[in-house]
Amino acid sequence: MGSIRPEVSGLIEMQLNDLLKQTSEWLKSSGPNSEIVISSRIRLARNLDKVPFPHWANKKQGEWTTEMIYKAVSEDEYLKKSIYLKLSDLDAIDKQFLVERHLMSHEHALKPDNKAIVISEEEIVSIMINEEDHLRMQVMKSGFDLSEAWNIINNIDTSLSAKLPFAFSKELGYLTACPTNAGTGMRGSVMLHLPALVMTKQINKVLAAIAKLSFTTRGLYGEGTQAAGNFFQISNQVSLGQNEEEIIENIKGIIRQIIEQENMARNALTQNNRQILEDRIYRASGILKSAYIINSAETIEMLSMLRLGQDLGIIKSIDRRLINELFILTQPAHLQKIEGKRLNAQERDVKRAALIRSRIGNIG
Amino acid sequence: MLCDICGKVVATVHLTEIIDDQMAELHLCENCARAKSMEMEQQFGLADLLAGLSNMGGQVETEGMAGLKCPACGLTYENFKKIGRLGCSECYWSFKSYLNPLLKKIHGSNQHIGKSPINKPQESIRLQAIKTKISPLQELRNQLRLAIQKEEFEKAAELRDKIKELEKKGET
Ligand SMILES: [Zn+2]
Ligand SMILES: [Zn+2]
Repeated sequence: MGSIRPEVSGLIEMQLNDLLKQTSEWLKSSGPNSEIVISSRIRLARNLDKVPFPHWANKKQGEWTTEMIYKAVSEDEYLKKSIYLKLSDLDAIDKQFLVERHLMSHEHALKPDNKAIVISEEEIVSIMINEEDHLRMQVMKSGFDLSEAWNIINNIDTSLSAKLPFAFSKELGYLTACPTNAGTGMRGSVMLHLPALVMTKQINKVLAAIAKLSFTTRGLYGEGTQAAGNFFQISNQVSLGQNEEEIIENIKGIIRQIIEQENMARNALTQNNRQILEDRIYRASGILKSAYIINSAETIEMLSMLRLGQDLGIIKSIDRRLINELFILTQPAHLQKIEGKRLNAQERDVKRAALIRSRIGNIG
Repeated sequence: MLCDICGKVVATVHLTEIIDDQMAELHLCENCARAKSMEMEQQFGLADLLAGLSNMGGQVETEGMAGLKCPACGLTYENFKKIGRLGCSECYWSFKSYLNPLLKKIHGSNQHIGKSPINKPQESIRLQAIKTKISPLQELRNQLRLAIQKEEFEKAAELRDKIKELEKKGET
């Protein structure tokens, strides 16, 4: 941390510890279809008119942008009580912590110059300042609830657009650093848990169909580039030529179909392969309850099975929200925040196993 | 972020690949992405996107683009092709004739129909300012590129000769 004034670093630690104590909005498993849909997210990209985009701005321009946006945000009715953090004030674990909570992108953590983040109460809204665009605002809701996410972000965006000169043209809409985001500047994403489609080997077919309709799929969690835990995030690719509501309806349409497919696959598994299914779920539960050393990849695979067991009524004693929380609390930076110190990979595997046992070890 | 394959050039193409139920994210430079796209068929529309980003008119186009620069931020079209990001909002006007077909390729449209901000930048003033900055030579280059795109090669040859003539006279 080094150069930061002690009172600043103390405040940051307090603010981040407050986050640690609460459940991220997107993990609450309270929204519609939350047995399959983990969360819904809408992101808007906005830039200041004629000001060089972050990658092309000099230090002065970058500082000016941050200040200008900070001023607008701190005067905003909805965002007044938000946390405001400069990336240059955060250490590696703090940054990773925010990435794990899906409050900011991995890219935002890489080069701290003039980058900042605004996080609203309850972590529903976060605004990355000077990421690829001057502003990247996102709203996360639990479950399948894109429309509500849109309502919230739409209001914030409109209100900020009265205070900041957003780069906009009638013809091309909001102007973004990369032309792939121009127009609405909107990306809607839905995070899905699709264990049955993976187990029945239908997932490739489904994902290929999605790609053809110009939606993108990303895996979630896992270290490096490997996806894990049967989590998939589906997003729209097209942001120009359709209005926001149309984009949302299109995503909803495709997500509904995927939910249906996953449900069919779950039914097929319970009817035709019940023993195999129960075996995998109970084994996962056994490992989680009794392991003394467990790495993060295995944890995610096992939690995914446990969650499926909970969805299907096979596991009755552990509630879904607790399982959701474990997905994030067992991530490397979260473990280190909980312990309040740096831990190497081996130490983390031990602490991770202990944390899981303490939460579900004694349950049924 | 550097390219996952060669590790030398900045990655401008980002895609998700699925191998045996496992998904992997790939961040590639243009060259490696083009090589990759040959093995990946066209299911991600990647080939189309790349065709938009470069090679639109091959050799001749590169010549027509020489010196095309955003007067507001100084980014050249060559810079854009290399890094895959524009320099500022004015770049959309400075490179309009290149970006419009690209936007159409990416989004299937180049007409915004979504919401607008409360504070709208004054477009009429801006358009005029940019227009006066485009030289006759630049205008000819734009026309040349369009002609190549429409495969009107006779017209392209004519334009090319005109451009050469102007360049000889030292006009810019
Ligand atoms: Zn490469
Ligand atoms: Zn520019």
